[in-house]
Amino acid sequence: MPLRIKQDQARFRDIVRGRVKANLRQYLTRDELIGQQGKELVSIPVPGIELPRFSHEDRAQGGVGQGEGEPGDPLAPGGADGEGGGAGSAEGRHLLEVGVSIDELADLLGEELALPRIRPRGTDRLVADRTRYTAIAASGPESLRHVRRTYKQALRRQLASGTWDPRNPVLYPVREDYRYRSGKAAPRLESNAVILYLMDVSGSMGDEQKAVVRVESFWIDAWLRRHYPGLRARYLVHDVAAREVERDAFFRTRESGGTRISSAYRLALELVRADHPADGWNVYVFHFSDGDNEGAEDTRRCVELLRDGLLPAVNLFGYGQVASPGATGAFLGELRAALGDREELVLSEIAGREGVLDSIRTFLGKGR
Amino acid sequence: MNRASRLPPHLRDLARQVEGYALAYGLDPFDVVFEVLDFDEMNMVAAYGGFPNRYPHWRFGMAYERLSRQYEYGLSKIYEMVINNDPSYAYLLESNMDVDQKLVMAHVFGHADFFKNNFAFAHTHRKMMDAMANHATRVRRHQDRLGVERVEDLVDRCLSLENLIDDQAPHVRRRPRRGAPAEGEDRRLARGLRADREYMQEFINPPGSLAEEQARLDAQAGRPARLPERPERDVLLFLLEHAPLERWEQDVLATVRDEACYFAPQARTKIMNEGWATYWHSRIMTEKALDPSELVDYADHHAGTLATAPGQLNPYRLGVELWRDIEERWDKGRFGKEYEECDSLEQRRQWDRRLGRGREKIFEVRRLHDDVTFVDEFLTIDFCVAQRLFAFGWEPGRARWEVQTREFARVKERLLRLLTNRGQPAVAVEDGNHENRGELLLAHQHDGVDLRLDWARDTLRALQSLWRRPVVLSTRLDGRRTLLRYDGREHSSRRQD
Repeated sequence: MPLRIKQDQARFRDIVRGRVKANLRQYLTRDELIGQQGKELVSIPVPGIELPRFSHEDRAQGGVGQGEGEPGDPLAPGGADGEGGGAGSAEGRHLLEVGVSIDELADLLGEELALPRIRPRGTDRLVADRTRYTAIAASGPESLRHVRRTYKQALRRQLASGTWDPRNPVLYPVREDYRYRSGKAAPRLESNAVILYLMDVSGSMGDEQKAVVRVESFWIDAWLRRHYPGLRARYLVHDVAAREVERDAFFRTRESGGTRISSAYRLALELVRADHPADGWNVYVFHFSDGDNEGAEDTRRCVELLRDGLLPAVNLFGYGQVASPGATGAFLGELRAALGDREELVLSEIAGREGVLDSIRTFLGKGR
Repeated sequence: MNRASRLPPHLRDLARQVEGYALAYGLDPFDVVFEVLDFDEMNMVAAYGGFPNRYPHWRFGMAYERLSRQYEYGLSKIYEMVINNDPSYAYLLESNMDVDQKLVMAHVFGHADFFKNNFAFAHTHRKMMDAMANHATRVRRHQDRLGVERVEDLVDRCLSLENLIDDQAPHVRRRPRRGAPAEGEDRRLARGLRADREYMQEFINPPGSLAEEQARLDAQAGRPARLPERPERDVLLFLLEHAPLERWEQDVLATVRDEACYFAPQARTKIMNEGWATYWHSRIMTEKALDPSELVDYADHHAGTLATAPGQLNPYRLGVELWRDIEERWDKGRFGKEYEECDSLEQRRQWDRRLGRGREKIFEVRRLHDDVTFVDEFLTIDFCVAQRLFAFGWEPGRARWEVQTREFARVKERLLRLLTNRGQPAVAVEDGNHENRGELLLAHQHDGVDLRLDWARDTLRALQSLWRRPVVLSTRLDGRRTLLRYDGREHSSRRQD
């Protein structure tokens, strides 16, 4: 039997969810979260879950302690206020660390950005939403009354209160004994999906640009995973030539030298054609770059590859251009000019860490 | 221990044995019902403040989450929990070693003795176990009828005011008996309007109107001139009696108040109570119950209970040392005029009148004191030095907490201030019809420490939602008298000097 307090805990978590949501932007762009997996809990400091009351100002009040130290000595760390000090540490005291899973955060992200649910395509797509009545509750509509449980409860009560007479085994359920079936909607989606992440690792992409890509691709990944259990992700990096790499390497690699974007698009197209044909797969491609391509010639080749090869084969092709000092960022404009009317293509400029959420909204706001 | 509990036989034997030792020392505890719980149940009960059943509220869930997390990471484990009830209920953690169970039992009998005999607990509800369960049922019923969030929101607001009760109230009669005529007051006679000419009298004041006025005056005579007659420290009670609450709101508020009143004596005697229980577990264990093979584990866990961290006072430690100090002083006769006036350090150190009244004295003290009087009476300068007590405070220049002083008078004053009124600010209802506009005026009795302003504002908001009319708090901020006001829409504050 689950403990009674689980209800209170669930209620508390609801409240926490609300608080986390209110401060979502600042949490999501933190580096520590990156690399966690779905059900894993991450610790998030949540301010202000407390009941206010008339109370003394802590700092004015002071305290009494026991042990070593001369007047003027600092209290050892871990004392009344803990570490930090300086401005803002007053709130620091009341921070509460709560565990939230990445899945939950992805849901919150979806709610916050008002992302539409993705409608997967493919042969074996979704098993319809079903409400499954598997739980029992103490209140509910009469039509869902669970007779057996109700009588069981009545028996229990009568036994406990000593009004049960085995010679005359009649049960009289009262209001408190009534039990009802209750249920939950359980959507089940089954589709094949793959994301290809393409990143420009040429010399002009600095650490900060890569961090932005990391954060953004992580949350895109988390959101898509909510919709496609068993989502596959593949990682491609490119400078003048492209190659597929491991997830770790994807975020770490730093090459130098020039940029030939068409190399990545060609490789991506080969992979999609070979492994993920459009009729059975939901394919997502996200490409991040600072938008400095080798030359007009290569850009033209990119446009061709997209128009004739990649775009027809994918659900979504997102191009995110990370602002980078010293990069012209011409590529985005050229793509828009050439292919701006294709609805599989989404273009987004990412101004920096703060721009990540808006960019995600641009990418995923179409619900494709 | 006559109740059929789930206690396994060997634990029941241990409990009986430890209880025997406790009684032999002269302790007079309630019967104690021990329950064995696994860690998850233990965390639940602890989150519920020791009770197996409380009304639904998220803060219990929060406490549970924190305890479970701490347990999971191995940071802390709850050893002992006992509730003030007749019989007392106490919980044993299933996975504990026998030596721990014995320690816990001995500790628990100390608490049960304290609950039963200390004056502060004399008026607490001794069937609180049942009362709590009833509260739970009632709040659940309100939630079923009105929705979880609406009820929870009210509970939140009531809890914001939870500390505004009068913990001395059970012991004294603050108000005159209802219906008793005020002494020395003559009946006021109706005089009617002034009529300068005799013959106009019956036109200006027709006979009927005089009778009516007389009736009105008589009705008024019983009523106090202002509400409340004198400042009311039990703000919750005042709200219950005078705020325009719906029945379910009244019920919830009364529930919160009952529970606050029940827990207040425990906050009021924390140092004494924990010290007393620790004193007795150490005596019972070391003198009677301990098997030599268990010594190391016992010493380890006992030391854990008494550990101090800088910046916080361990009530177990301070309490037990004070109890021991009192016992020693009364055993050796180190008290009274003669001892106080003795100037020779050497003589004082050697002082021993072989009175042997220590035991008797501590039993007397456990009956008659609470933390404030306990510390005030028995914390001596010698004790303060020996225990290395200090006062600390925030140093804004260096932005850190610092040891401020070891001077006896200041340390003791600081400690007493922290204990007075359970560390809560003294706030009382001053006027229920402030400025004749039905506003509620509260007065904070400022004792040198300002209120935390943001919280004070939020609390006023909660108060206003119950009182319905604007509420005003009179306090001091930065040394100036200030009125904080919340009218249901916005906060304002006015300096008065």
